[in-house]
Amino acid sequence: MKLKTLIAAAFGALSIAAASDPAERLQDPQQEALAREIFRDVRCLVCQNESIDDSEADLARDLRAIVREQVAAGKSKAEVKRFLTDRYGEFVLMTPSFNAWNLALWIGPFVVVLAGMALFLRRLRTPQPEVELSEEEARRLEKIADPEIR
Amino acid sequence: MIAEIGSFALILALALSIAQAALSWAARWRRSAVLAGGGEGAALAAFLSVAVAFAALMHAFVTSDFSVANVAANSHSEKPLLYRVAGTWGSHEGSMLLWCLALTGFGAAAAGLGRSLPRGLRAVTVGTQGLLGVVFLAYTVFASNPLTRLAQAPVEGRSLNPLLQDPALAVHPPFLYAGYVGMSVVFSFAVAALVEGRVDAAWARWVRPWTLAAWAFLTVGITLGAFWAYYELGWGGWWFWDPVENASFMPWLIAAALLHSAVVTEKRGALPGWTVFLALAAFTFSMLGAFLVRSGVLTSVHAFAVDPTRGVLLLIILGLTAGLGFTLFAWRAPSLQQGGVFAPVSRESALVLNNILLTAATATVLLGTLFPLIREAATGEAISVGPPYFNLTFTPLMTALMILLPVGPLLAWKRGDARAGVKRLWWAFAVAVAVGWVVFAAVAPRHGLGAAGVAMGVWLIAGALAEIFERIRLFRAPGGESWRRLWGLPRGAWGMTLAHLGLGVFVLGAVFETTWKVEAAEALPVGGSLDVGAYHVVLESIAPAPGPNYEAERGAVTVTKGGQVVCRAKPERRLYSAGGQTTSEVGLCYRGLSHIYLVLGERREAADQPVWLVRAYWNPWATLIFVGPAIMALGGLVSLSDRRLRLGVARRKEEETKA
Repeated sequence: MKLKTLIAAAFGALSIAAASDPAERLQDPQQEALAREIFRDVRCLVCQNESIDDSEADLARDLRAIVREQVAAGKSKAEVKRFLTDRYGEFVLMTPSFNAWNLALWIGPFVVVLAGMALFLRRLRTPQPEVELSEEEARRLEKIADPEIR
Repeated sequence: MIAEIGSFALILALALSIAQAALSWAARWRRSAVLAGGGEGAALAAFLSVAVAFAALMHAFVTSDFSVANVAANSHSEKPLLYRVAGTWGSHEGSMLLWCLALTGFGAAAAGLGRSLPRGLRAVTVGTQGLLGVVFLAYTVFASNPLTRLAQAPVEGRSLNPLLQDPALAVHPPFLYAGYVGMSVVFSFAVAALVEGRVDAAWARWVRPWTLAAWAFLTVGITLGAFWAYYELGWGGWWFWDPVENASFMPWLIAAALLHSAVVTEKRGALPGWTVFLALAAFTFSMLGAFLVRSGVLTSVHAFAVDPTRGVLLLIILGLTAGLGFTLFAWRAPSLQQGGVFAPVSRESALVLNNILLTAATATVLLGTLFPLIREAATGEAISVGPPYFNLTFTPLMTALMILLPVGPLLAWKRGDARAGVKRLWWAFAVAVAVGWVVFAAVAPRHGLGAAGVAMGVWLIAGALAEIFERIRLFRAPGGESWRRLWGLPRGAWGMTLAHLGLGVFVLGAVFETTWKVEAAEALPVGGSLDVGAYHVVLESIAPAPGPNYEAERGAVTVTKGGQVVCRAKPERRLYSAGGQTTSEVGLCYRGLSHIYLVLGERREAADQPVWLVRAYWNPWATLIFVGPAIMALGGLVSLSDRRLRLGVARRKEEETKA
């Protein structure tokens, strides 16, 4: 259900990688590349889950202008991002920061892997009863399937 | 009149589902074949009733009967026939009816095809499926009835979103729903196994074809959606780690894990509890998806038919169904017989690792999707979890999985020989490294990670082939024997090879497209041009191109390479007057596996003449992104056609032996 209903209704327009608009572009290609890199990590706050790199919304355009201005003034990526989070909160960045509150988010996946491995190792170590199919089961299995199983 | 027949059929279906559940559960406790037969009959009748209701709704859409509220809200008489038909499932109410159609359809299929199952297992499966039917049909009848009439019918309908007037999107929901709801049979089977207290090889074999079918449908559905996003949204993206996409991806990942763990349970009797757990989880994630997409708790680019009140009802259904399932699991699973000794290096171990990684990947997607909610509830501060998070967590997990993947099928059950496995795979490894190196050296701009990704894709493809070569003993047996063995391979083996190979093809496409895509945008007057990669794009002319329910400007664009015309495309920008929406029809030029992707943007007044914003992308190997999953789904279907999985075969065999 990839329906863009809301966004299309809200802005009457589709986002077509709006940031590549030549009218907004910076002169220096290196600075422009840096600005584009930052755009992809900045959320269009009024949109439904889009970065300002993609969105054609007015707010996204304004945010792009702010970012480009700062990049042109020689600010680094981290400085621009700090400027944005100071103004709009952490919500504005697509990448959640690595801090105590977000710990579960960042290490969760790897905890699952470790827990799985621990359970797996425990099972490998504990002796398991060897269950063979009973005659009756083997006969039934034979009936529902070909014997040729690799 | 026809809408009333549909309404009646829908309520009848609810009554029949209640009968199906009651008769089947009674059959289990009274051990009565008569009651069980009644339950199965009710399952079939419930399906037919929902089909009648569905046909009635479709009739209302096709004939543009605007006295039906749902048609008035979601259709328009000017819409082409295909999209009026597709409008049947284009709204929240209609799509819930489609969900019920699939649910009762799978219930009827389970009742009809399960003849070789033990009676108790079969009765509980049909009974559980009946209970699911009751819950979802009751929701549809009482909270989201698509067939209610309006007292005063409007003359014209409020048109459906123009973005949805697209062939890929018209057929996308039926596939997706067949996949989502196919997991319900697996869920019912798991409940039945827990009630009966037996999870054995035969049970695992019955579960597999249903999982395979649902997984293959889901693969096709997700791929169609991604393809639609790719050419319709107009910025060349195909996956955004959006909550709605994640909602469909989680059941897919769990189903993939279940397919692998069911093999272990079937062949070795090991991991029964885990397999049952995954069987319950798959449909739970399907229901979670239905809830997330419709409740509006998450912001999404694809927000669909959002309605918070209905969201609460869906959440209750989800909690009740999954809660009961997992409570039953917690109660009964400890009594399941564990079994199957295996060494650390063995096929079983490889499949367990596959399951650990796929489960962790699912957990990642779940965390990334729900964490913003949790965090906001806990601290009141909103955060965003976007693509960078998934790139840093999901991608490493999948990379580990893909490194291991080709090794698994070459290991023997119980105790594998790691050295022999390496011996059979060294050439695949060598080919992957060589290709990766060539890509690193030859493709500009130079990109180490991209080259490694390409090597990974080649490793998967070569690894899948190595497994087939091993089975036919290529170069180790006389050519004639290898040829004979090749034809004798079971379809299940081909299915696995295709699925693994398809994953490799997808990885090649995805890596190439994301790493080496080129973007260019300029404001061009008529006759102006821009360069994208090695291609020269000229905007030849702009002409108005009115459509049935929109106004449009159509550009004629010529693409040349080294002075030679390679293609002409006609990208369009459409304005739908009914909703005031603008959409763009992308111009796609296929160059082998790669695409030149052309978008006509807005018109601007420059100093002396009007200019149009033209965007061009060079998307290398983009075709593979969609062909890969198609091959995977094909693998699922080929596997499904394996006679070993066909339940009917056993019965016929039995009858033959009797005769």
